[in-house]
Amino acid sequence: MRLFMNYSFQFDAVFAAWPQLVKGTLSTIELSMLSMVFGLMVAIVCAWGKTAGPRPVRWVINAYIELIRNTPFLVQLFFFFFALPALGLRWTAYTAALVAMVVNLGAYATEIIRAGIESIPKGQIEAGLALNLKRHEIFRFVILKPALRTVYPALTSQFILLMLSSAVVSAISADDLTSVAANLQSQTFRSFEIYIVVAGIYLLLALSFSALFRVIYRMALNYPAGR
Amino acid sequence: MRTFGLSEFLFILEAAKWTVALSMMAFIGGAIGGLIIALSRTSHNAVARLLSGIFIQVFQGTPLLLQLFLVFFGAPVLGIEINLWVAAGAALILNSSAFLGEIWRGCIQAIPGGQWEAAHALSLPYVSRMRDVVLPQAFKIALAPTVGYMVQIIKGTSLAAIIGFVEITRAGQIINNATFQPLIVFSAVAAIYFVLCWPLSLLAARIERRQAAALSR
Repeated sequence: MRLFMNYSFQFDAVFAAWPQLVKGTLSTIELSMLSMVFGLMVAIVCAWGKTAGPRPVRWVINAYIELIRNTPFLVQLFFFFFALPALGLRWTAYTAALVAMVVNLGAYATEIIRAGIESIPKGQIEAGLALNLKRHEIFRFVILKPALRTVYPALTSQFILLMLSSAVVSAISADDLTSVAANLQSQTFRSFEIYIVVAGIYLLLALSFSALFRVIYRMALNYPAGR
Repeated sequence: MRTFGLSEFLFILEAAKWTVALSMMAFIGGAIGGLIIALSRTSHNAVARLLSGIFIQVFQGTPLLLQLFLVFFGAPVLGIEINLWVAAGAALILNSSAFLGEIWRGCIQAIPGGQWEAAHALSLPYVSRMRDVVLPQAFKIALAPTVGYMVQIIKGTSLAAIIGFVEITRAGQIINNATFQPLIVFSAVAAIYFVLCWPLSLLAARIERRQAAALSR
């Protein structure tokens, strides 16, 4: 094609920088996994508050969910990185990114887990009461675990969306994979080659995470559940 | 140094029209692309199914920001002059085509097999089978998730700020650089997005509730 003639692809500069790319990939994996774990914890607490808490608690949780779900992640990130330090809070770009991701995922995952909790039949909870289980035991074994199993596909695709949107944290240079790519780009001017390789890495990460989630499902949630 | 006042707020608010314009562009383009993807994904042609499957996997499996960079830095490689509108619009259209295509594929496949068979039995040709039998029914199921997805598109346009497209977020950054009042500036930015997105979220939830009520009858 005539169009391609003027440009010769040079991937050498990209592959020469593989140690930085590996470091960036590991950093994105770390950031994603930490925010999945903490975000899930936030979501479980909020989902419990939303389904069983008193009215003011439910109101606050609803406000949190609506606020996060109706504003862009990039703006939330700027808020945590630029606005909160103006109030005297000092933290690094990495911490601000992690907190923004946890807060963001927490809101989405709360709604997903709440839907799972509401799908648990009343009889199942009453059975738990009849077996004289304690309140926290009922929540943990009778409500939460089956609820997580029900919403597992929605929850894990939210996790993967979060991992992909973590590329946005490069806007505050949080040392993730996309930040590495942006640095390489400004040193080598091989923008297209770098971004195509990095996009490939993200695709591999997305596929690996979904494989990992299938393994976790088989190990932790794949018990027979007849109705 | 400037302080954040009415004129600064109006500057950001003014930029909201570019967010809305970019969102509309992405939604209309994404709807056309999404329909093609959904129809290919559900077609009998194995090649169409494979290609649309790869398209969805690639655009759902890579970050929107990287897609934006690839269009922005890739177009000159192909010898195409590019401006910010075209770059942001093209990336958002490709991305929403993949997501809307996958949503609508689900809606098309949710139409009971009997409907397809009846259309076949009446020997309706493909176009009429889709246009008169399947798609009108799929449209009803698709309405709530599609309106919900519009919120994702509006939020997605904020990434265009990173390549320098002046919409709400970029306008906020500009004002922040002039005033150094990030708390109030980014609160205002978030508030404008909230005002744009919340009504759509409420509408989507309302359509969904209505449908659930209609189905349970």
